[in-house]
Amino acid sequence: MTDTPRSHIRNFSIVAHIDHGKSTLADRLIQMTGSIEDREMKEQILDAMDIERERGITIKANTVRLEYDAKDGEHYVLNLIDTPGHVDFAYEVSRSLAACEGSLLVVDASQGVEAQTLANVYQALDNDHEIVTVLNKIDLPAAEPERIKAQIEDVIGLDASDACMISAKTGLGVDTVLEAIVTKLPPPKEGERDKPLKAMLVDSWYDSYLGVIVLVRIIDGVLKKGQTIRMMGTDARYPVERVGVMTPKMVMVDSLGPGEIGFITASIKEVADTRVGDTITEDKKPCAKPLPGFKPAQPVVFCGLFPVDAADFEDLRAAMGKLRLNDASFSFEMETSAALGFGFRCGFLGLLHLEIIQERLEREFNLDLIATAPSVVYHLNMTDGSVMELHNPADMPDTVKIGSVEEPWIRATILTPDDYLGSILKLCQERRGVQIDLNYVGKRAMVTYDLPLNEVVFDFYDRLKSISKGYASFDYQLKDYREGDLVKMSILVNDEPVDALSMLVHRSQADRRGRAMCEKLKELIPRHLFKIPVQAAIGGKVIARETISAMRKDVTAKCYGGDATRKRKLLEKQKEGKKKMRQFGRVEIPQEAFIQALKMGDN
Amino acid sequence: MSVNRDDGTPGFGVYVHWPFCAAKCPYCDFNSHVRHQPVDQPRFAAAFRRELETMHARTGPKEVTSIFMGGGTPSLMQPETVAAILDTVAELWTVPDGIEITMEANPQSADAGRFAGYRAAGVNRLSLGVQALNDADLKFLGRLHDAREALDAIELARGTFPRLSFDLIYARPGQTPEAWKTELEEAIAHAADHLSLYQLTIEEGTPFFALHAAGKIATPDADAGAALYELTQEITGRHGLPAYEISNHAMPGAESRHNLTYWRYGEYVGAGPGAHGRFVENGRRIVTMAERVPEAWLARVEDRGHGVADGEVLTRGQEADEMLLMGLRLREGLDLARYEETAGRPLLPERIAVLQDEGLVEPLGNSRLRVTPAGMIVLDAVVADLAR
Repeated sequence: MTDTPRSHIRNFSIVAHIDHGKSTLADRLIQMTGSIEDREMKEQILDAMDIERERGITIKANTVRLEYDAKDGEHYVLNLIDTPGHVDFAYEVSRSLAACEGSLLVVDASQGVEAQTLANVYQALDNDHEIVTVLNKIDLPAAEPERIKAQIEDVIGLDASDACMISAKTGLGVDTVLEAIVTKLPPPKEGERDKPLKAMLVDSWYDSYLGVIVLVRIIDGVLKKGQTIRMMGTDARYPVERVGVMTPKMVMVDSLGPGEIGFITASIKEVADTRVGDTITEDKKPCAKPLPGFKPAQPVVFCGLFPVDAADFEDLRAAMGKLRLNDASFSFEMETSAALGFGFRCGFLGLLHLEIIQERLEREFNLDLIATAPSVVYHLNMTDGSVMELHNPADMPDTVKIGSVEEPWIRATILTPDDYLGSILKLCQERRGVQIDLNYVGKRAMVTYDLPLNEVVFDFYDRLKSISKGYASFDYQLKDYREGDLVKMSILVNDEPVDALSMLVHRSQADRRGRAMCEKLKELIPRHLFKIPVQAAIGGKVIARETISAMRKDVTAKCYGGDATRKRKLLEKQKEGKKKMRQFGRVEIPQEAFIQALKMGDN
Repeated sequence: MSVNRDDGTPGFGVYVHWPFCAAKCPYCDFNSHVRHQPVDQPRFAAAFRRELETMHARTGPKEVTSIFMGGGTPSLMQPETVAAILDTVAELWTVPDGIEITMEANPQSADAGRFAGYRAAGVNRLSLGVQALNDADLKFLGRLHDAREALDAIELARGTFPRLSFDLIYARPGQTPEAWKTELEEAIAHAADHLSLYQLTIEEGTPFFALHAAGKIATPDADAGAALYELTQEITGRHGLPAYEISNHAMPGAESRHNLTYWRYGEYVGAGPGAHGRFVENGRRIVTMAERVPEAWLARVEDRGHGVADGEVLTRGQEADEMLLMGLRLREGLDLARYEETAGRPLLPERIAVLQDEGLVEPLGNSRLRVTPAGMIVLDAVVADLAR
C-alpha cells in the first residue's frame, strides 16, 4: 500500500476550543472511514493518555490516516494531525500546522468563538491553510448556528456561509465534513518523487516496545525501510528499521512518498536525540537545503517540585526522567530547600503544562508532591555587564550587584460577554496590564492586553474565570522582556526566613502580596506555645506583619488509669503529624500550610 | 482509724468498676449502663471475686497501697457487695491497715442512706459526684439530685468517712467568672479535704456532643476557659486547697493515693466491666482492658475466669510516653531518672530549654521536671513537644 499520488492526499488538522468537540469529531471521522473496527472504538481514541481523556484535552499531537472513497469515485488518503488546543502547547500546534495544508475550524454552535480558537486559527492562516468551518453540536437546543456563523465572519473574517453543520456526537452531517476535506482543502502543494529525500520531523515519542518513534511528513523523495537517513540538524545517521502509518493502529508499509505522513523507527535511543522541525534526508543522496525548522520550545514558568515524603526523592527523579523521555519541553534540575528538603526546580511551557506534569507524576508514579509558587524567568542585568537568568527567587543575588531586572511580558487576548468587561479591565489594570485593543462583536467584547507573565502565573486565570462566571476565555503568547521595578520579597516566620515562600514581586504589588501572604500564614500555621511573628520583608524592611498568638488552652481535664491508652494513642498520632512538619527555628510549619500558602492567589 | 499517708512511691492499686447508673448524664462518656431490671448483685460479687483471683494469679503476691471503687455509680451497690469485694482483695493481696479505700457516690438520699454501711465495710474515703451547687445547672447536667440534697450528702459523708472529696464541673455554658467564684467558694466552705474541679469537656458519642455540634450548647472558648482555670487556681490556692494535679486539689497530705498511682505510673489491676489494668508481668508492662457490656463481662468471667477482652504488651517507648503524659500532670513533676530508665534515653535537653524559656516547665532538684502553672493549661502541647 501507499505511494498515493499527491493529488489524492489531504493533510489537515483540527482547530477548536476545549470542549467544542474536536476529539469527538476525530473519533467519528475514524469510524466513518472504517479505519478502526467498531469493537475497537473507544471514546476519544486519539487522546491516548488517561489525563487527556479525563480532562478532555489533547496534550501530544497525534496522527491518523483515513482511507476515504469520495463521491467523485476516487480513493483519497486523509491524514489528520490532532493538535493540542491549549496555549501552553502552542509550539506543538505550530509544527502540526506546518505539516498540513488545511484545517477544520470546529466551533460549538451555542458557545461560539473563544480566545483559544482565535489564536490557533490565526496560526493556521499564517501557515497558508485553507479552512473548512464546522459548526458542531447543532442538535443541542441552545444552538444558534446563524448567530455563530455571523460571529465567525465578524471576529475571524472567514466566510462561514457554507459551514458544515454537524453533530459529532450523533454523527449527523459528518459525511459533509469528509467531502469538504476532499473538495475544499488543497493537496500537498509541491513534492517530487525523483528528488533527494526531504522530510520534516513533526514529532517523536517513546514507545516501550519500539523505542523512539518519529513522525514524519515527506516533502520530496521516498522514505524506505533499510535506507540510512541523516538528521540534518544534529548530523546523526540512522538506518531505518520500520516505516508505517497510524490508522490509528500502527501499520507497516514499504515506503512513504511526497505529501505523505507516517512514522519511522531507527534505533534512536532518546526523544532528546530528535529535534522537532529537523530535516530528514538520505545520507548518500542528501537534499540541498534543509527546511527552515522550528525554534525549540523554551520553558517560561518554573516551580519547585518536592516529594512530601523525603524518602520518595529518588523515585521522583526516576519518574521525571521517564516523563522527559516523551516531553523534551519539560526540564528539571536538583534543588534543595530548607523548608521542603530535596526536590527539583522544573521548567514548563505554561501553567497547564505544569499542572499536567504534576498530575502525571502523582497519578502515574504514585508520588505525593509539593509544588512551590510558580515563577517566571527573569533576566538580571548585572552591574558587571553580565546577564543572568533567574529561575528561582531564592537564588536572587545581592541587590547591589544587580543593575536592572527584566521580566517576560505576554500579549493576552480575552473574549468575554460584555457584562463582565468592567471587572476584567479592572483585573488587568491591577495586574499592571497595558491595554492594546478593545473591540465589540455583538454582545461579546474582545480585549487585547500586554501583561507581565509574573502577574498571570499567580492566579490570573482563576480570577478571570470567577469574575466572568466562567464565560471569559483567555489566550496569550510570549511577547518580550521589559524592565520592571522588581524586588525580592522574603517571608520571615519567627524571624527566620522561609526560602520556599520568597518571591519576586513588582514593588507596586509588594504590599498587597505581602499582606495577603502574612494573613494566609496566620491562618495556616497552628498556634504554638509562644507567639510567632510572621513578616513580609523587602531587603531589611518589613512591609507586612501578623502575629500568631500563643496557644491559650490545650489540656485534658480528666485523665485516670483507663485514659492512658487513649492519650498515648493521641500522642503517637501527634508525633506522626510532627514528622510532616518542617522546623524553622523553633516553629514547626505543617507541610500542608506550605501547600496552601503556595496555592494561594492574591486573595 | 486514720488513713495512711502517701509515701511517695508509685504504688500498687486495685480498681473495681461498678458499671450501672440510675440515669445516664449527657456529658459522661464513661462506661455506664442503665438497667430497668434489678441487678443480681451477689452474682456480680462472685464474678468480681473470680476476676480478682485471676488477676492475683498474674500479679503474684503484692502489697496494695489503695483500693478504688468507681463507676458508673458504685453507691448503687449494697454494702454487702462492697464488703465482699473488699474482703476478696484483702484475702488475695496484702492489704495493710489504714490504706486509702475510696468509693464514688452520688448525693441522692437513697444512696446516702447506705453511707454508714459502706463505712462499716471498710470504705474510708468518699468521692461525691456533686458537679454543681445550683439546681438549674444540675438539671442541665442531667443530675438526679438538687443542691439541697448535695449539701446534705456532704454533711452526712463528712460525719461518716475520715476523708471526703467531691467533684464539680465548671466552664459550663454561660457560666461567668463571678458566678463560678461564688459557687466555688461556697463549695470550699463545706470543707472537704479534696476537690476535683473539671472543666466541662464535650466528649464524642455523648448527647452533649451532638448538641454542641448542632450549635445548641456553647462552651467557653479557649480564652474564657483559660481565664476560668486561672481563677480556679487562685481561689483554691487562697483557701488552702492547691492543685496537685491539673483538675485535683487537696489540703496537703489529703491527695488521692490511688490517683497518684495512675499519674506516677505505678501498677494497678482493674476488675469489672470496662476496667483497665497496668502491671508488670514477666518483666514487661502489660495493659488489660475488660469487656465493657456488663452482661457480656459477666458471662466471660463465669466462663473463663476473667473479663479481659483486649490487652497489649507495651514497648519501652510506649511506657515512656505514658509515664510522661501522666507524670507531667502532677505538681510534683516527673521523675526524670525513672523516665530515662524506662525510655532508655533522656528527654531532649534542647526541648526542655525552649519550654523553660517560655516559662512552661521548670526543673526541680532531685532530678524532677515539672510543668509550671502557666504550662498546665497547655499541658497536652507541652507533652507533645517533649515526647519523641
